[in-house]
Amino acid sequence: MKIIIPIKRVLDPYTQARVDKQTQMVDLTNAKMAMNPFCEIAVEEALKLKESGAASETIAVSIGTDKTVDTLRTALAMGIDRAIFIKTEGDLDLQPLHLGKILASIIKREEAGLVIMGKQAVDNDNNQTGQIISGLLDYSLGTFISKFSLSDDAQSVEVSREIDSGIEIRQLNLPAIVTVDLRLNEPRYASLPNIMKARSKPLETIELSSLDIDVSPRVKVISVIESGTKDRAAKQVSSAKELLEELAQMGVL
Amino acid sequence: MERESIEYDVVVVGGGPAGLASACKLKQLNPNLSVCLLEKGSEIGSHIISGAVFEPKALFDLFPEDAKDCPTLNNAVKGDDVYFLRNGSKKIKVPSWLTPKGLHNHGNYIISLGELCQWLGEKAMDLGVDIFPGFPAENYLSDESGRICGIATPDMGIDKEGNQKGTWAPGMNILAKQTIFAEGARGHIGKQLIKDLNLDKDKSPQHFAIGFKEVWEVENDKHSQGDVLHTIGWPLTQGVSGGGYLYHFDKNRIAVGLIVDLNYDNPYQNPFKEFQQYKLHPVVKQYLESGKRISYGARAISKGGLHSLVKMDFNGGMIIGCNAGTLNPGKIKGSHCALQSGMLAAEYINKVLNEEVCDFDDIFKSSALYKELHQARNFSSALHKFGLYIGSAYNFVESNIFRNKLPINIKDEKKDSDVLKLSSNAKVKNYPAPDNEFTFDITSSLFLSGTNHEEDQPIHLKLSDAGIPLGPNLSQYDEPAQRYCPAGVYEIIEKEGQDCFQINAQNCLHCKTCDIKDPAQNITWTPPEGGGGPNYISM
Amino acid sequence: MSALVLIELHGAEISANSRAAVTAATQLSDTVDALVLTNDAANATAVAAISGINTVKVIADSVLEHVSAGIASKLIAGVMTDYQYLVAGSATYSKNIIPVVGALLDVQPITDVCEVKSANTFVRPLYAGNIMATVETCDVTILLTVRPTEFEHAEDGGSATVEQLSVDVPESNSTFVSLQESQSERPELTTAERIVSGGRGLGSQENFALIEQLADKLDAAVGASRAAVDAGFISNDYQVGQTGKVVAPKLYMAVGISGAIQHLAGMKDSQVIVVINNDADAPMARIADLVWNTDLFGAVQELIDNA
Repeated sequence: MKIIIPIKRVLDPYTQARVDKQTQMVDLTNAKMAMNPFCEIAVEEALKLKESGAASETIAVSIGTDKTVDTLRTALAMGIDRAIFIKTEGDLDLQPLHLGKILASIIKREEAGLVIMGKQAVDNDNNQTGQIISGLLDYSLGTFISKFSLSDDAQSVEVSREIDSGIEIRQLNLPAIVTVDLRLNEPRYASLPNIMKARSKPLETIELSSLDIDVSPRVKVISVIESGTKDRAAKQVSSAKELLEELAQMGVL
Repeated sequence: MERESIEYDVVVVGGGPAGLASACKLKQLNPNLSVCLLEKGSEIGSHIISGAVFEPKALFDLFPEDAKDCPTLNNAVKGDDVYFLRNGSKKIKVPSWLTPKGLHNHGNYIISLGELCQWLGEKAMDLGVDIFPGFPAENYLSDESGRICGIATPDMGIDKEGNQKGTWAPGMNILAKQTIFAEGARGHIGKQLIKDLNLDKDKSPQHFAIGFKEVWEVENDKHSQGDVLHTIGWPLTQGVSGGGYLYHFDKNRIAVGLIVDLNYDNPYQNPFKEFQQYKLHPVVKQYLESGKRISYGARAISKGGLHSLVKMDFNGGMIIGCNAGTLNPGKIKGSHCALQSGMLAAEYINKVLNEEVCDFDDIFKSSALYKELHQARNFSSALHKFGLYIGSAYNFVESNIFRNKLPINIKDEKKDSDVLKLSSNAKVKNYPAPDNEFTFDITSSLFLSGTNHEEDQPIHLKLSDAGIPLGPNLSQYDEPAQRYCPAGVYEIIEKEGQDCFQINAQNCLHCKTCDIKDPAQNITWTPPEGGGGPNYISM
Repeated sequence: MSALVLIELHGAEISANSRAAVTAATQLSDTVDALVLTNDAANATAVAAISGINTVKVIADSVLEHVSAGIASKLIAGVMTDYQYLVAGSATYSKNIIPVVGALLDVQPITDVCEVKSANTFVRPLYAGNIMATVETCDVTILLTVRPTEFEHAEDGGSATVEQLSVDVPESNSTFVSLQESQSERPELTTAERIVSGGRGLGSQENFALIEQLADKLDAAVGASRAAVDAGFISNDYQVGQTGKVVAPKLYMAVGISGAIQHLAGMKDSQVIVVINNDADAPMARIADLVWNTDLFGAVQELIDNA
């Protein structure tokens, strides 16, 4: 069984997003970029499956400008077998529906039995792409998963989904798409020797234009502002009594 | 999992201007050399911070064709003023003819050194250098003969207690015919090498300063692209030397900073708070009004000059740039010197690898770098020895009248860690609370440095003797680490009625000030897990 | 054109986020209908009582109690022919389903809407809420999930018509196995008026129990930082922040939380923020109204005793 792991290059989640005063858009020039943390978890899960013998091949796919190759190389250094780079001309505002269509075409081409991906990317926070792919391909879907196990006959997977009311356990027929939540696993490092070895792993480049998918934006960003966090008074208290009195006065107890 | 080894012709430690220049130059001289460069920051440039007014000549020497396309080289210096700040409100403009020659900036550019390094990193990769960001070198390797033969990277995935986590991955030995150390001021391996190989024999001790920088986005009418402002005097008074700067660069941005020499003697001195106060001087404040602070950082600077510059070559490699002490204290500029030192090192190492007989000293002494360092050799030490007024007067006379040709050597033989007065003999310094408009606390500042470390790892700031902070350091100096650290790493807090010395290692900006200034020389800065530390953008 | 609100039920109970969705829908259209996918048609009665709804459309089938996204999306897509808008409250229920509907209808859904600017212009957060973007869609059919903290929760008081739809429920390619409900008598995190939240500073799962005791004393929900979840003190359902739940209670009490950006993004809009920590310089204190720098355990115990 082939596993496809779509991954995304995003602004490093530990750096603060800023709006460029002149362009009025989020400023990514010289910003530190990294693999979306949920994608790292997806990569780790795919590697575990491969190591258990359940998967024949792991394939990472990413979409973007040339710099995106760095992120694919990171996935290869973590242990992914092969990478597919969908190259765009310049920075396109690709939305989940576009990404879903692009990825669906690759998933079909590769006849992948399983797609493992992050539940959301921490830049646009859409939480949609995995779901959209399942809709386009009519594959079974398990979102927000924190546990994953492949059945013995390799025909289905059982997943634990972290939903608002608790944990839902669901059995998915293959082919399936799962989107991973934080607690599924702890991703491994891309170690220095593996980074070196990853340089010789296969990386295929496909021009987005060759896929013949309409990527004209459906949703346009008109403007952005930094919402930031406002500093508050930070009045010091020194006892439980004092604190409770203050809160009572503020009318929140 | 076994620790693996790999071999290169040359390994470079540190992706600053010196390291990158050496790597680029090596590949230019001999494209067949295998060269790799390690950088502890998560990306090239993420740990780089500098003012910076930049002398471009060295960059054009390195890339005669392409340097003009370097994107950060787009703000030529226009205005160039120096003020002497008498106090928190008064100023005197220092006429151009009275300004030491080294502080004239015509022909220079206001740049982001971080962006310059990003560009150099791309150039290096184009030339075929293997660059590995996010990987520190932990220590040097030497063979039986004592020859330096590479470096070791640390293991990853070690928890607070030093145990292997599930994600543990062993480090690696990178063996090389030649190893270049370009870690910047007070590099941790450099410090060890200098000691082990006696590279500072017959040299004055290195002198350091702590440099602060903030970037502000200001209103249109407050911004005058290309203007450069330097100040001396307030808030650095009572024998503390240093100076301030304010540069107008692109996108309505202003870089503002203060350099505080680390030879100050009052343990109550708080360089961070001095810097915050500095922004309240009308000369500075006028530009920042209704502006927004967008980044913050700090870094130690080695500014001893030629008298403190260590022997740069040794069996198996070189130590270059600020790691060795190549900054020109007369200009308070180190970037162009670092580039030059990297290029000289590459020239020398290429010859060594070709088994040509050569002496680095000959290469160095005939270089433009040596010439300018020789001219400026007394600048810092004169200020240290004679104070601001007489020291400046001396520097003026030496540089502007005698054109740096006086056969005089002024040396400062006292280490920065040895000069603190006892707190009982020192005046307590009180600083006003932050106004959150121009002046801020450390926490909100750190937020803008993007500094981050994996929480569950051993503390990377090592105490040789855990009893010293609350023992002699507290009783004699009121533990100055609480004040000199620009990141609030060191705190004395009360736990269950007892004082406790807390090290907030995750705040660390990798500035190395603690390693330099601790009066007991009890703190050793070591590299944390790769990729940790500040995430400076365009600093 | 009219709007359809996707109602989320927990058993027979209407989830609070659905009430917020009704409010958002009424800002978009004068005619707001609701769609209920349920195992029991009787559950529609409660929905019909929400004010602002015209008609409640009900599809009842035993598999719909724990419906798969595949089935739900096909059923919804079938109903959508009559509507311009589909609105749901942001929750794992809607986020699982709405994008699949988008794929079936060839529409780009808009997640986590915080404000309705016009018929096709909305404000939504990016980068963990650090950036607010105003976006305009050119899709004819518009699919939205809305933040339940940003819209009033529609009260009862209406009397909508209930219309039962008879449609064939399609085959599913996944099967519900079980649901382990979070056992809690406490208010639900995203809608609680008060939240007591604990961080890694608490040191252990045992110590985290103190947070739960304090929450019970204050009739508050329990929250946690990602660090506390990662450390295994408490399950992910309780995580507040970019990667967890976004909350805006009247009172947010953070105990032993340093205040990483991700956490701040999830709670910064709280009305009153209290920080109890032994690290005076933790970023959390900056956005606090009240700060108590002290030993955590003593403080929490003292609060439990005094509250």
